Amino acid sequence: MVDRPDPTAGVGGARFSRRGLLKTGGGVAFAGLSIAALKLPMFGVSGAKQDPAQCRATDVSSSQKELIISNWPAYIDPRKKSTSTTSVFQQRTGITVDYTDDVNDNAEFFAKVKNQMGSCEPINRDMIVMTDWMAARMIGLGWIQPLDAQSVPNLHQNLIEPLRNRQWDPKRTYSAPWQAGLTGIAYNAAKVPEIKSFEELLTRSDLKGRMTLLTEMRDTMAFMLRVVGADPDKFTDAEWSSAIERLEKVVASGQVRSFTGNEYIQDLAAGNIVACEAWSGDVIQAQFDNPDIKFVTPEEGLSLWADNMMVPNLATHQANAEEWINYYYEPETAAKLAAWVNYICPVEGAKEEMEKIDPSLVDNKLIFPDTEDLADAFDFMPLTDQQSQQYEGDFNNVIAG
Amino acid sequence: MAEMTRRRGLTGYLLLVPGVVWLALFFVIPFYSLVAASLFDPGGSVFSGYEMTWHVQNYWDALKEYGKPNSWSDWGPLLRSFWYAGLSTVICLVLGYVLAYAIAFKAGRWKNLMLVLVIAPFFTSFLVRTLAWKLILGDDGPVVSVLQAVHILGADGRLLATPVAVIAGIVYNFLPFMVLPLYASLDKIDHRLIEASGDLYANPFVGFFKVTWPLSLPGVVSGTLLTFIPAAGDYINAQLLGSTNQRMIGNVIQNLFTDANDYPAAAALSMILMVVIIAMVLFYVRRAGTEELL
Repeated sequence: MVDRPDPTAGVGGARFSRRGLLKTGGGVAFAGLSIAALKLPMFGVSGAKQDPAQCRATDVSSSQKELIISNWPAYIDPRKKSTSTTSVFQQRTGITVDYTDDVNDNAEFFAKVKNQMGSCEPINRDMIVMTDWMAARMIGLGWIQPLDAQSVPNLHQNLIEPLRNRQWDPKRTYSAPWQAGLTGIAYNAAKVPEIKSFEELLTRSDLKGRMTLLTEMRDTMAFMLRVVGADPDKFTDAEWSSAIERLEKVVASGQVRSFTGNEYIQDLAAGNIVACEAWSGDVIQAQFDNPDIKFVTPEEGLSLWADNMMVPNLATHQANAEEWINYYYEPETAAKLAAWVNYICPVEGAKEEMEKIDPSLVDNKLIFPDTEDLADAFDFMPLTDQQSQQYEGDFNNVIAG
Repeated sequence: MAEMTRRRGLTGYLLLVPGVVWLALFFVIPFYSLVAASLFDPGGSVFSGYEMTWHVQNYWDALKEYGKPNSWSDWGPLLRSFWYAGLSTVICLVLGYVLAYAIAFKAGRWKNLMLVLVIAPFFTSFLVRTLAWKLILGDDGPVVSVLQAVHILGADGRLLATPVAVIAGIVYNFLPFMVLPLYASLDKIDHRLIEASGDLYANPFVGFFKVTWPLSLPGVVSGTLLTFIPAAGDYINAQLLGSTNQRMIGNVIQNLFTDANDYPAAAALSMILMVVIIAMVLFYVRRAGTEELL
């Protein structure tokens, strides 16, 4: 009798433990939900607007000689060399630079930091580099700390004229261009005759199915707006609709092979496409391997953009970041960087310094354009949140097929 | 004794804890947040925030935008995804069955080596393998040149950015998921059953359809599910090997989330994809009569 297993005891035990499990499980689930609730409220997502005056950290630059930077890949001269711009900066200031090239795409980076930045939590970076429109969005959301003008005199003195007076940061209070570039057309001269305009890119039958456009809405739509006779600096909803309709027709005709990010350059080099909408720096770098690849600024106009250094909220080494900006706005440093990166150098006086480094690059209009050349460069009108969402949605519907 | 039973009962539950916690954290909570997002008021934005207003209309809007065919040739991303995934699964089944059959019955001492070769592609990343296909199928690549030489493709024909490339990519990437379960069921088949069918005057053809095929059905069902489900949601192959006209539902969802920042539409579309897949799987498993698999 004693040895017989008592079934009720077993069931009771099981029930007891099950209840215990439910309790602990409930506890875990509750803890999980509370963690989630911090970032994903139970119902709804709270707004992402912050106030940079409130959401800031104490600057520990003077005691901690460190600087954490996130930039785009292949956007700086090789850092390990003792003569590199970064090494010279470290020797001169004693600041250790923790440099990561983890920015591949503006929208993707935004998605990555949105939860922290939108709820005033640190992203553990002192400097991020974003393209104009994303910089405009982040500044608009109050995610960016203003730079101390006293600490960056070189920026205000040496920034080239065409990059001043941008609508979204007219006095360069929040941002300093790292490099600038042009959006235009690249083509393979060994395979197709010269392409002069965006209109040609969209209509020429020898490019059908062998041409790509960019997934960056502002890059592609600025030219589409130009093609339908509108001004990207200032356009109406009706003009926007006609530009989108035009793009829809072009896509439906099979002219566009795909919409891409940086990867167009491999396709162009491999011969999968013969022409594409492209960024100037990529094309110059590709020309070293294949001189047949040409860059043209379309007849519709010049699309000038910049990638901007900015200090995000809660950065703890802002003074070090300002020192970095000031250093890269010295003409000598800027020339050293431009000789390697091949984008448009945003620093006045770098052209003269380039004579000493690599005279062959001095007359390269894609690195040192004349101010007159850039006079009719256009900028994309700043969009309100609602407009941005609406336009991105419209564009996405076209490229999503 | 009672003490021991109790401890044994407890052990079972304790063993469940890691899995349950894992699922709660990484499935239940995200899933809950996805359902909530699909019911957000579409008037909100990432910048001003979204409110959960039980806006069921999001589902209808998403279906209208992406779920209905635009024309005879353009099916829209949702239907296209199921068409590509379905066709890829069928091709995988044909290729995979032959291969698994050969490994299980004919490979002899090469069996293990062949299995390793089936799994070998997993040693490199998914992305790298798909990029390699871009080189192979490129306009100046070997495949296109050969097809042009034998006039299957015209002089300006191409493979990249066509449905052929996307489906080829999917078939390649998911083939091992088909081969392994098929091999597992084929390998278990008792040879004497096939011999018995021969003794009963079944020719090899009849023998296959009366004995081998029915016994391999569990492998067929799990292989097709393991191929079809991820293939329907795949976006890498369409992204790298296709063009605008081959975009699948995964590409649309990814774009809506990261570029358009349209959370409600993206979440509603994800839910629709999930529900349609579950419905199809249930129907399929019912028909195949292999509920015990799930």
